[in-house]
This record gives sequence, C-alpha cells and structure tokens, in this order.
Amino acid sequence: MTEVAAPDLAVVDAPRRRRHPLAGFLVRRAAAAVATLFVVSILLFAGTNVLPGDVASAVLGRDSTPAGLAEIRKELHLNRPTAERYWDWLSGFVRGDLGSSVAGQAVSGEPTPISGLIGERAKNTAVLALCTVLLLVPLSIAFGVYSATRAGRPVDHAITTLSLGAISLPEFVTGTLLILLVAQWLGWLPGVSLISIGDTVFTHPSILVLPVLTLLAASLAQTIRMVRAGMLEVLRSEYIEWARLSGHRERDVVLRYALRNALGPTVQVIALNVQWLVGGIVVTEYVFGYPGLGQALVQAVSARDVPYVLSVGMLIAIVYISLNVLADLLVVLLVPKLRTAQ
Amino acid sequence: MTAIAARMRFARTGSGRVGVTATLLLLALILIGPLVAPHDPAAIVGIPLQRPGSGFLLGTDGLGRDVLSRVLWGGRSIIALSVVATGLAYLVGLAIGLVAGYTRSLLDPVLMRAMDVLLAVPPLLFLLVLATGAGHSVVVLVLGVATVHVPSIARIVRAATQSVVVRGYVEAAVARGERTHSILAREILPNVLGTVLADAGIRLTGSILILASVNFLGLGLQPPRADWALMISENRGGITLQPWAVAAPALLIAFLTVAVNLVADAIARSLGTSLDRRRIAR
Repeated sequence: MTEVAAPDLAVVDAPRRRRHPLAGFLVRRAAAAVATLFVVSILLFAGTNVLPGDVASAVLGRDSTPAGLAEIRKELHLNRPTAERYWDWLSGFVRGDLGSSVAGQAVSGEPTPISGLIGERAKNTAVLALCTVLLLVPLSIAFGVYSATRAGRPVDHAITTLSLGAISLPEFVTGTLLILLVAQWLGWLPGVSLISIGDTVFTHPSILVLPVLTLLAASLAQTIRMVRAGMLEVLRSEYIEWARLSGHRERDVVLRYALRNALGPTVQVIALNVQWLVGGIVVTEYVFGYPGLGQALVQAVSARDVPYVLSVGMLIAIVYISLNVLADLLVVLLVPKLRTAQ
Repeated sequence: MTAIAARMRFARTGSGRVGVTATLLLLALILIGPLVAPHDPAAIVGIPLQRPGSGFLLGTDGLGRDVLSRVLWGGRSIIALSVVATGLAYLVGLAIGLVAGYTRSLLDPVLMRAMDVLLAVPPLLFLLVLATGAGHSVVVLVLGVATVHVPSIARIVRAATQSVVVRGYVEAAVARGERTHSILAREILPNVLGTVLADAGIRLTGSILILASVNFLGLGLQPPRADWALMISENRGGITLQPWAVAAPALLIAFLTVAVNLVADAIARSLGTSLDRRRIAR
C-alpha cells in the first residue's frame, strides 16, 4: 500500500536562478531515479544469484551429470566471483547486451540472446498497456467527476460500492471470472490468446478485449475513487460556492472551474495507477496466455532462467521508475503554483 | 466497554455490517470446512472432470479429486499465510520505524533510503525475482510478501514516532535515565500503535491479493496442496468440460477479498481516514 504524496517541492528550483524552473527539478529527479535503479540492479542481482539456487541444474534438468553441470557452470561463468559477474551483467545491460537465456539454451543447445527473444513480446505488452491507459484516463475522469457531482445520491453509492468490490479482486480472479462468463457461457470472445507464429496482436484484436477489461477493472475502480475524492474537495471550496452564487451554470462550475483545479492531483494519481499496472499486466498476460513480456517472465521464473528474469526484471524496473518521475513531472507541469513554491 | 463499543463502531455502518458478516461466514467455512468435507482433498475418488451431480456436489477436478472437498480445505492456506505475512511485516516495520524515528544518527537516513529502494521495485516483480533465486517455497513467499509491506509501515511508524518523541512524557523518561529500548517499548510504542494499526485491514487485503496471485502463477504453494488460487490454475485446462472446478474457488476468493476489504474500508472510515487515496500493493 502506498500513500499518494505530492512530489517533493523543495527540489523545485526558484525561478530567480534564470533557468527554466522545470529543468532543475527534472535533472534532480532523473539523477535520483538513476541512483535508485543502480541500487535496484544490485537488489535484483542479489535476489537471483546469491540465494542458493542452481542455474546449472535448472538448465540440464533431469539429464544432469556432475561433468555436465561443471561444464555448464564454466560456460555461464558461475564459478567466478559474484561481484565480477554482477559487473559483467550490468555493463553488458547498459550497452544493450541483455545476456543469453538459459532455458533457450536448454532447448536449442546454443546460447540464445535475450534481446532477440523479447522484441515481439515487448511490442505486444506495449499494445496491451496502451489500450488500457487510453481507456483508463478518460473513463476515470468522466466517472469520477460524475460521481462527485452526485455525491450521496444512489448513482454515487452504486459507483463507490462497485468500485470498492472491483479494487478488492485480484486480476487473476477477475480474468478467470470474465473467461467463464464471456468466453465460456456466452461464447462471445476467445478466452485464451491464440496467435499463430508470424501473426501479431493487430491481426487478432479480439484477443485484447478481455485482458484490457481485466486490467481496467481494478485500476479504473481505484482511479475513479481518487478522482472523486479530489473533485469533492474542490467542489467544497469557497470559490466554487462563489461561482455558483454569482449565477454560473452548474455545468460551467464543474467543468470550467472545479475540474481544472482538480486535474493536477488527478493526473498524478492516474499516472501512479499506470505505474501500478505493471504487476497486473504480468498476471493478466499469464491468465489469458497473452504473448507478452509478463507471460514470458512468469515462464522464465518457473524454469528458473536467471539471466532472463534479471534482464527483463531490470527493464520492468526502468519502466516503473520512469513512470514515477513522469507522474511527478506532470503534476508540476499542471499546477503552475508548484513551480514557484518555496 | 465504551472504548470497545467505540472501536466496533465501524461494524454498524451498512457496508461494515455486510463485510463483517461475510468475513465471519467465510471464516466459519474455512475453519469448519475440513471437518465436514466428504472426501480426502488429495484422494482420487472418481472419473476426472465430472460435472456437478453424479455423486459429487461440485464435480471432480482434472485428476478425479472431489472439488467440494478441495474447496472446503483450500481456504486455510490463503488466510493463514497472509495473516502471518502481515504480522511479520508489522513486527519488522515497527522495529525499523521506531528506531529510525527515535534516533538522530545517520541510521535514520540510511534505513529510510533502504525503504525507498524497496518501494521502487514493483511488489510482484520482487516476489518473482525471489522465486527465481530461492525456489518456489512457502517460506520464501511469506517472507517476500512481508518485505513488500515493510517500507510503507516503517514510514508511517517513523512519522508517528517523531511526533511523539518531542512530547513531555518522553523527555521526562529520558531525564529519568530510562534505557532506550524501554522508552521505545513503554513510552512510544503504545502511542503510535493506534495510528499504525488503522491500516492493518488494507494491508491484510493486500497480502491476500498478492499471495493468491503468486500461488496462481504456480510460484508459491505447490500441488497437490488444496489451495483456492492453486486450484484455479490447475483446472484452467479443463474449463470447457468442468467449469465448476475453476468457478468455485474463483468465487470464494472474490468473496473473501471483497469481504475483508469492506471491513478494512469501514474501519478506516470510522477512524476518519479514507481509503480513497491509498492503494493496495500488487
């Protein structure tokens, strides 16, 4: 559970320094993100390499012989010091060399570069995420504002209660129930994402529907509640009262005065929710057999393909942390007051 | 008595009452279920993938085990593991937060930066990395889920501690020459506990969600264990022939998480805070 906090305003530079006020903020924020990523890379490497798992026996599986194990360990440089292996991996990663998949080697007998394995999958995941976000943003603002303007009425109660329920459901349960209902009993849509090799998601757009719905269920419920709370706060303020008393139409009061001021925090919570989609995407792809990075990551974890998990995990961490910086940046952009705040 | 009545106030709101009733019903099912289960949950008792009827109320699963018996047994692990994980998270988070909030040494920034790094990793990714390195075991899973909660608990405890440390009774205790651990345990802890435990319900929901997700991915509990999340992933292949082997555990998990979250929400509301701006870790 994470509290949504305003970005640290102390780091926003004062305008008197004669450079763009956002530049200083952005530089500091980016530097902090890079430092965090460096520590995260150590954490990920330690998690996958220091703990007593043995990659060599994972590669050879049941056919392992002591000689074969020693051979693999030598090939993967497992007998070298941990610090040295960490440095090799990180310097390779920074240069774009993601290493070789151990599971791929077990199948084909040759080292399989991970960068060759993930291209298409990354694209599929990006399509899934993008479709979700494109629906999430307008829907959460629309429902949130609607619910706030009808606070306390049956419609508002219905939206709040439904969203509380949707938040509580784990993605794999939402996904499974959708498969049962829509694919199994109604037979409207495919329950699993079957794509033959060479085809892309775009040739089968119908496989996107249920995964997107699953991802939307939890994240939309969350953002609606947050938008509603932010909007309610603004609607209770004095200038809104004043606008109403001076005879503006309610529609104008809500859309022109209230929404504009509620938008800053709203965009931040939506951006944070997009960041939180990361975990949901992994589970959702697995539920529907959607050919994305998340599904491949789960398979790699099952096969204990350490190099794959490490490199893909690092890519995910980079996206996750970048989205956090983006969220902060958007707020500062949308709330001019924050740029000059001391 | 009035104190208890005030604390139970959340149970009198509409959604709170529904949540408490549903949670109690489910707990009863989980506790009594194994006693009334018609079959051994691990025993193969019939032809695989039979639909409901035919002597089995919910049919049989892909191996021919009784779905009803497995459902009645399968709630224990999810409840027990998430309660243990959440409890562990509070123990560690309280310790870190108290020390960081009380000390004025370098230890405070060091601890809090470490917490920041943990917060920068998506919880599920963290658990997947652990499962890769340390294997798919229950102990790793519980420790991992506890670790996911520690940073946010430690932050709240630290903030609460800092606001208590400056109070007169703490200064008096310091002046009396009491030892640090006794000040922490007897002066500060009782005064931060209320603030900190207000979120316990949402954290428990978070633990249930993420534990069940990892079990569903097949990276936590292993077959032939009867566990609701595991049942869903085991029986997905037979969903066209026997949907009930998937539907029953899925509906029960949904029922459980919604009920627990209703209670958590009602508690938070009765304490004057709202969950609207918070989010469950996933």
